[in-house]
Amino acid sequence: MSEVHNDVQAYTLRLELVDEPGELLRSLQPIAEHGGNLLSIFHERGNVTPRGYIPVEVDIEATPDRFDNIVEGLSDAGINVIQAGTERYSERLTIILSGHLIETDLSDTLTQIEATRNATVTDISLSAPAGSIDVSSARFQLAAASGATEEVLAAMREIADEKDLQLVEPLTVGGRA
Amino acid sequence: MRLCVLGAGAVGSAVVELAAEHGHAVTAFADSESAAVDADGLDADAVLSKKRDDGVVGEAPPEAVFDAAYDVLVEATPTTLGDAEPGFSHVERALADDRDVVLANKGPVAERYADLRALEAESEGTVRFGATVGGALPILSTIEDVGPSRVSAVYGVLNGTANFVLSRMAAEGLDYEHVLAEAQDLGVAEADPTFDVDGTDTALKGVIVANVLSDGETEFTLDDADVEGIQELSGSMLDLAQEDGQTIRLIVEVADGGVRVGPRLVPENGAVAPSGTENAVQIEADYCGRLGITGRGAGGPETASAVLTDVERLTD
Repeated sequence: MSEVHNDVQAYTLRLELVDEPGELLRSLQPIAEHGGNLLSIFHERGNVTPRGYIPVEVDIEATPDRFDNIVEGLSDAGINVIQAGTERYSERLTIILSGHLIETDLSDTLTQIEATRNATVTDISLSAPAGSIDVSSARFQLAAASGATEEVLAAMREIADEKDLQLVEPLTVGGRA
Repeated sequence: MRLCVLGAGAVGSAVVELAAEHGHAVTAFADSESAAVDADGLDADAVLSKKRDDGVVGEAPPEAVFDAAYDVLVEATPTTLGDAEPGFSHVERALADDRDVVLANKGPVAERYADLRALEAESEGTVRFGATVGGALPILSTIEDVGPSRVSAVYGVLNGTANFVLSRMAAEGLDYEHVLAEAQDLGVAEADPTFDVDGTDTALKGVIVANVLSDGETEFTLDDADVEGIQELSGSMLDLAQEDGQTIRLIVEVADGGVRVGPRLVPENGAVAPSGTENAVQIEADYCGRLGITGRGAGGPETASAVLTDVERLTD
């Protein structure tokens, strides 16, 4: 007898890959490793995003458990997962961080945000006014797993606290972002 | 009704000026130094010009007002934190004499809500305080009409000065200090705008709403609110928000038994991003969904009209 949650389902993954040789293959490895069955790959080579990434759409079949492992595996491999399945990463969140962003290592901040469970960074816009060497601001667009908004914001608060950055959160009363 | 008006600032003065129009007589009026009392009703123009010209409202000492013949005490002295004095004692005295009280002063309802309700329970008098949140906007009366227990969240902008500063920063790409100085020149911001920009004023209003929603189960004071101001925001942060169709406003959220005030990203043309000195609040309630109230909140005549509306409701 097979239980409902062990049923194989079809999922769509939207990834954004760095424009470098081997990236596509690297992005498929976690899918194979965690037992996903590839159905199709749509590699939008000519359609580079404003940030210079190449969008890829992958259709796979997997059990829900395996699918979760695949998404985790992709994130661990540093691959941008924009959309996973129909429900995951359905909440779009914007935050602004301000302070000594550059001095406190912007890429480390980014890595920390990316390491947050249930969220991925989809866009960054940095504003470092000329003549000011210290205070700069950045807007981060995040895709959060549905229902995980509060958890993701709590993680952002911790990162901001640790790096002494000012965080402007979106208004989310009543579940809106 | 015969009104005893305490406080001769913008709100108290406007109450004295507008009372007759609403069919009420002001039988006593006091500032911190002096009082004027007349059982037949004071001449509004005369006492207000005396205050303007001589700096006092009359020749009697301030305490004299409590011996005057009045039905409703209008408490419009400046809001104070902590023990909420001297406003709280004024209210205490009026309730002990079984008179009704209408507050424009936020202190007693934000800092000593339980004490206030206890005094009211012992008195024949009733306390109303609709003017303390959003001035003329019918925020507390809407909550009262919907039923506090049916309201799940109240959030939005409740400070006109902070909202003016942020909307100017967004529109002109200017920095905080620059816009604040301009707001002071225009008379929108006071000489000492600390409570407006550090979130305290907004938080007091949020705490009052929380007290009303909790209906005596939990008492909230300013210490229970999580408060952050707008002083650290820069023009470039507003620019970044704008690139994404959003803006930053000083937002109070009263929900899940907590009060939180701070700058928040909100949709640029959304319900809680009013322009200039306007306030804008959303009330989420069972069955009726989201109710929005927007408009000019603070200001002498606006708040005075809310006070006089409360006086009307006392007679219902």
